[in-house]
Amino acid sequence: MNRMIRVLVAKPGLDGHDRGAKVIARALRDAGMEVIYTGLHQTPEQIVDAALSEDVDVLAISILSGAHPTLVPRIMELLRGNELEDMLVLLGGIIPEEDVPAMMDAGVRQVFGPGTDTQDIVEYIRQNKGMQ
Amino acid sequence: MDMETLYRGIREGRRRAVARGLSWIDEGQARGNDLVGRLFPHAGNAHVIGITGAPGVGKSTLVNALTLQLRRNHQSVGILAVDPSSPFTGGAILGDRIRMQDSVDDGGVYMRSLASRGHVGGLSRATFGAMTLLDAAGFDVVLIETVGAGQAEVDVMRFAQTVLVVLAPGLGDDIQAIKAGILEIGNIFVVNKGDREGSDRTIRSLRSMLGLAHPQAWVPPIIKTSADRGEGVEELAQAIAGHRTYLVEHAIWGQMREHQAENLLEQALQDIAADIAKDRRLQDTWQKSVSQIREGQPAPHFARELMAQWLKATAEGE
Ligand SMILES: Nc1nc2c(ncn2[C@@H]2O[C@H](COP(=O)(O)OP(=O)(O)OP(=O)(O)O)[C@@H](O)[C@H]2O)c(=O)[nH]1
Ligand SMILES: [Mg+2]
Repeated sequence: MNRMIRVLVAKPGLDGHDRGAKVIARALRDAGMEVIYTGLHQTPEQIVDAALSEDVDVLAISILSGAHPTLVPRIMELLRGNELEDMLVLLGGIIPEEDVPAMMDAGVRQVFGPGTDTQDIVEYIRQNKGMQ
Repeated sequence: MDMETLYRGIREGRRRAVARGLSWIDEGQARGNDLVGRLFPHAGNAHVIGITGAPGVGKSTLVNALTLQLRRNHQSVGILAVDPSSPFTGGAILGDRIRMQDSVDDGGVYMRSLASRGHVGGLSRATFGAMTLLDAAGFDVVLIETVGAGQAEVDVMRFAQTVLVVLAPGLGDDIQAIKAGILEIGNIFVVNKGDREGSDRTIRSLRSMLGLAHPQAWVPPIIKTSADRGEGVEELAQAIAGHRTYLVEHAIWGQMREHQAENLLEQALQDIAADIAKDRRLQDTWQKSVSQIREGQPAPHFARELMAQWLKATAEGE
């Protein structure tokens, strides 16, 4: 038995549906990963506590509400505060092109826009986790 | 993190160390076994409570409500929740945490999701080690939610001092269909979704069935709860404390440690058997054994042969 890839799929903020997050969760499961899904309306504190407690390799954040400019830096700050700066953080949902550089500056490693093939996310995780 | 740092962090109850230690145990390698071995002497103080029952009866919701209640009683709580892995891909979606958000938001609570990883019986192979770790980290209570598969999750009674069997009305789980096994492992029965139509009928039929199944000194109480509103949960916490008192007074509590030590030994033996099976140095013997067993030779003979060779090779290697 070797180390499985563990991923936390997180939905911070107020947006009211999580179809996209669930599609990702299932795709990652079907790719042989262990996916922790914690439901809607998570605060940055809850997300980082879950990432810490579950000792995940990857944090996949999905935001549709447009609140990423405040939520993402806050999550990254809390990760650093918990010595989790090595975690592979991915962002998906609706992120306007012009916001992507700021997200990457904040510490997000890759942004996946709407219509991304879930297989691309699987591949990205396989290639990049453990390379921190 | 190295073993020493991890070990000390866990003994101090530090979250990061606890989380990383559980990953070591979950990966099923030698370092995880060594860690469990080091922690085992410091375990044995926690009250380990298993929560089992069919899918969707409300186990996670109940764990959440019970945790809030235990916190009000100033007890710290470690939670392990096991969900099934896909037999095809090995992947899993671990969703129990969704229902536990109210209670895990608290420094006195630690919750970890585990995938069953092909292990049958409602737990994962790592659950015993994980439970030992949380115990040694100082949690007063360890709650273990099993896979919700229905009937075969009897594993939990080997580890837990108290087993809660959770039922709910109207889930097609006609009481008649509940196998004797699950009635026998329950120390406390919870009829959840007490707000739902039919819960009193479930309680009545459960009571008549238990009358037949339990001739011993502890008569399992039946508690009605509505876990999503926290109703009946204080009573449940009292029943759990009552069961603990019973175990201590009847000197059963101490015997559990014996079972747990035995389990550690059994697991170590199984690990050795697994090591032998995949030891490349023994490949030739393995192949020869397989073809001779096909010819009708007895398998145990070759198993002993393999074991002897493994012991020799391992002794030489060291
Ligand atoms: N009406 C009612 N619904 C409840 C109660 N407790 C839980 N539920 C609901 O039952 C559903 C299943 O609850 P869970 O706690 O996820 O059940 P579970 O047994 O952990 O499920 P698995 O882990 O999938 O086996 C959820 O929609 C809960 O909100 C209750 O007391 N009354
Ligand atoms: Mg559950």
